[in-house]
Amino acid sequence: MTPSLTLAVTAGVLVAAGVYLLTERSLTRILMGVLVMSNGVNLLFLVAMGPAGNPAIIGAFDGATMSDPLPQAMVLTAIVITMAVSAFVITMAYRSFQLNGNDEVSDDIEDARIRALAERDDVSDSYEDATFSDTGEDVVSE
Amino acid sequence: MLLCLVAAHFVVASLATLGSRVAGRNAFAIAALVPAATFVWALTLGPSLLAGGTYVEVLPWIPTLKVALAFHIGIVQWLMTLVVSGIGTLILLYCRWYFSSVPARTLGLLVAFAGAMLGLVTADDLVVLYVFWELTTVFSYLLIGHDSSRRANRAAAMTALIVTTAGGLAMLIGIVTLGLATGTFRLQAIIAAVPSGAAVTAGALLMLVGALSKSAMAPFHFWLPGAMAAPTPVSAYLHAATMVKAGVYLVAVLAPAFAGVVGWREAVTVLGAITMILGGWRALRQNDLKLLLAYGTVSQLGFITLLAGLGTKAAALAGVAMLVAHALFKATLFLTVGVIDHATGTRDLTKLSGLGRQLPVLAVVAGLAAASMAGLPPLFGFVAKESALYALTRLVGGDGIGIPPAVAVLLIAAIVAGSALTMAYSLRFWWGAFADKPRKEPTAIGHAPEIGFLASPVLLGVASLAFGFLGPTLTSVLWGYVDSVPTGGEPHELGLWHGFTVPLGLSATALLGGYVLFHFRASVARVQATFPRLTAADEMYRRLMRMVDSLAVETTARVQRGSLASTLSMILTVFVIGVAGSLLFLPAWPQVRAWDSLAQLAVGVVTSIAAINLMWVRGRIRAILTAGATGLGTSLLFLFHGAPDLALTQVLVETASVLIFLLVLRSLPKFFTDRPLQSSRWWRLLLAASVGGSVTASILVAASSRTHEPASAGLETLAYEFGYGRNVVNVILVDTRVWDTMGELTVLVVAATGVASLIFLRSRVTGRRHAVRRRVEQNEGAWLRGSNDLNPASRSLIFEVTTRLLFGAMMLFSLYLLIAGHNLPGGGFAGGLVAGLALIVRYLAAGAAELEEAAPVDAGRLMGVGLVVSIATALAPAAFGGRIFQSYDVHLTIGALEAVPTPWGPVNLFGDLHLVTSTAFDIGVYLIVVGMVLDVVRSLGAGIDQQRAEERSPLPRPDSTTAVPASARRPVR
Repeated sequence: MTPSLTLAVTAGVLVAAGVYLLTERSLTRILMGVLVMSNGVNLLFLVAMGPAGNPAIIGAFDGATMSDPLPQAMVLTAIVITMAVSAFVITMAYRSFQLNGNDEVSDDIEDARIRALAERDDVSDSYEDATFSDTGEDVVSE
Repeated sequence: MLLCLVAAHFVVASLATLGSRVAGRNAFAIAALVPAATFVWALTLGPSLLAGGTYVEVLPWIPTLKVALAFHIGIVQWLMTLVVSGIGTLILLYCRWYFSSVPARTLGLLVAFAGAMLGLVTADDLVVLYVFWELTTVFSYLLIGHDSSRRANRAAAMTALIVTTAGGLAMLIGIVTLGLATGTFRLQAIIAAVPSGAAVTAGALLMLVGALSKSAMAPFHFWLPGAMAAPTPVSAYLHAATMVKAGVYLVAVLAPAFAGVVGWREAVTVLGAITMILGGWRALRQNDLKLLLAYGTVSQLGFITLLAGLGTKAAALAGVAMLVAHALFKATLFLTVGVIDHATGTRDLTKLSGLGRQLPVLAVVAGLAAASMAGLPPLFGFVAKESALYALTRLVGGDGIGIPPAVAVLLIAAIVAGSALTMAYSLRFWWGAFADKPRKEPTAIGHAPEIGFLASPVLLGVASLAFGFLGPTLTSVLWGYVDSVPTGGEPHELGLWHGFTVPLGLSATALLGGYVLFHFRASVARVQATFPRLTAADEMYRRLMRMVDSLAVETTARVQRGSLASTLSMILTVFVIGVAGSLLFLPAWPQVRAWDSLAQLAVGVVTSIAAINLMWVRGRIRAILTAGATGLGTSLLFLFHGAPDLALTQVLVETASVLIFLLVLRSLPKFFTDRPLQSSRWWRLLLAASVGGSVTASILVAASSRTHEPASAGLETLAYEFGYGRNVVNVILVDTRVWDTMGELTVLVVAATGVASLIFLRSRVTGRRHAVRRRVEQNEGAWLRGSNDLNPASRSLIFEVTTRLLFGAMMLFSLYLLIAGHNLPGGGFAGGLVAGLALIVRYLAAGAAELEEAAPVDAGRLMGVGLVVSIATALAPAAFGGRIFQSYDVHLTIGALEAVPTPWGPVNLFGDLHLVTSTAFDIGVYLIVVGMVLDVVRSLGAGIDQQRAEERSPLPRPDSTTAVPASARRPVR
């Protein structure tokens, strides 16, 4: 199977633009990244479908020239989900403006805390030293 | 029957909460009926098993993996079943008095554990055995950690879990290795075949590791003393009588076949002897009676494992005898400690004094058990130990395993030393618990134990005595197992008297040595105190755990820098290195076509330019329109490729998305944050380019190296034969891969609900009701009824007229797409989106009130109905004997209308309507999509309208990229 270079390159450009936008701080720009990237990924399915063909409708065209329907079904699912997700993300951006006056994705506080632990060579909160003394003082039931 | 009994345990366990509420403490006694029934059932098996038969039960489970619920009861399994169920019954009865209020959790777990243990000792399929094995580990963990608010319980439970699970995992690998090497997972079949080879050796040794960790053998022994944090009856049952014996059981079963593999005997004898001495030595130091017993258990387990693992006839007999003897006396002793603890409130032997006089029955029973533990005649412990020493003395002559005589003598010396320690700590126990101590007041008894409370220890203690006289009978019972061991000469039977033999002399030496150790206990304690403190196994374990934790902290700190961008960059960098890196080793470039058509090239170029432009756009609205352009470009590429369904849906989605985004952007600043040109920008650009390049290169390579037929080959005929539709894509969505669509619908509902809850925060219904009530009645003349409330300055008559005219047509078109979709481009998604767009148009033309006019339904309900419809379509065929999601077709014709005579000849007025049941599923899809769009528009349109009116929306600051948050606009109520 010989894939179409044009499609593959277009998909690559869309994905690249998506990556650039995804690494932004503004949630709206991240959303743009999601949109353009998912378009790019959907194009990859076209490459996987093989050469351009006729619509996969039985009886309308010759079966041999039919395009592969399976990736199409997957892409159809992906398109609609992207729409739902992007509606959710834009609402998050709105909510962020409503609460903070901007839509910047801030750094995770928990991660900063873990970094502080690592700098002190400390253990995590969930760590518990397992000691049982031989004298039995530690080990009493009830 | 066996499977039913195991299941009965779990059922009763799950009823524990209910039972304890109804029956109070008697729930323990009621629950004891289950193990009691098991005990009785096992007894009825006795005659046939003793006659040489076996009991087998097989139920298919995972035939493709050759895994079945297979159970096999031979002699050893039978004995274990009796021990597990018999002692289980007595322990549960004992609990009736031990606990003052009913801990339903402990009750349930205890019964469930008994069930798991029963399954473990009878399972023949190694995979099933492993499942039960791990179940006992989990129940043990939960029982040890019964009081999670206490650090000691948590730490002990976690240690027990980690150590035994680590061993269990090793065992699982061993099981899989053995299973693959022999082609079966059946224990009996594997043993019967006595396979050989490197894989079998490795598998057997790995299983041994699992067994040793479960039976608390050095270097895994340290979890067992910690496990004493569990309630005393639990310790008696799990950590003395049964669970820790699981390892011994496994060793005993595997030894006949695998004792000969390299390393087995070495590991068993060396670790067994070390564990026996180490445990005994530590037990001598304990002041807590329960801990003393725990270390004693460690010591005894070392001894028993050594015997069971040796793989000679004599040792096998002694091992099983010791196993039974230990279960009897150790359970008695633990229960005794429980009674003492209950009566006096302490288990510290330095505080107890004069109990023997006050609790004479208990003192006698505990004395019997302690004597049995020490190996004093005529108790069963003596009989078992005699046979053990006899088996060991045979080793000096080789006994078929070719052990060097010097090593055998060394082993005997170690065991005699261990036995002396056992004698010493047995004396220490009884003396510590019951004796009058000089210069000490007798300990006060809070309340005397009831008869029922004493019944279990008394029964078990008397059994220790009775079994001592049953040596010959037991020998004949065990003979079936002893005979299955291929190595070594036949031992003499279990018995109290074999004449003046070497073993008797060794026994006497050990008893004497033990007495001396006890008598000079003060000096011994001083010697022990001077012993250098070694880095013990538990210390290593603690350090290891600490290391794991700090490694996790360090790794997390390195990898997770906190910002989304850097986390993503890290993931993508790995992708680039992995994917593009592997492409470097490509032998030849892939064959590619430049383009399918010139139109494809043109659209591709334009789409790419739009995407690149999108990276630099600063205005929000421009960005959204540019992103929309890439989407429309994509839809054209779909169309050129022969995917009209995709193109249609993509165009509709793009339109709807852009409209929805614009609804939100009203309240956001015009421009994005304009950060100063950072150096990180160039890094991001580099990353973006490499990811894009990797994606392009990898898809070209992947697609060009495809040699296989597409997975969809043949679908073009199947779609029609089974899905009754001509549009293959639609058939895939509503039939072939309908589960995917089902999942997708759920995502849609979740996302829409998320949007609504982010805007309305509490309920999506409240805003709507309000609008409905304001419905204006005298608005008959207007083009749109909802437009009356609008500000005349912001009204557009042309828009209203167009909307009025278009709405009906759009709804009709959406229904057409829905119905036609099965055979022509369209379907539930496209139809639903068109209907959704029609609703958006109504909203845009005349606002929230008009949206209510257009769709006077709750969006959540619409989506719910959609989900119900699609699920009903899924399940309905099952009700008529079909499979879930099976499709049926119906031809609908009306005879009277088929040939209506007209001047132009007969005309078929109704036509031949070909209905497929999966259309009903598509209707569900349609409803959900309409509901989703409605929900989103209502939230982001009407909801934000309302917030703007109430000054709760963000207010963009002029000439800034930030906004005034809602809280700053209005004082917080």
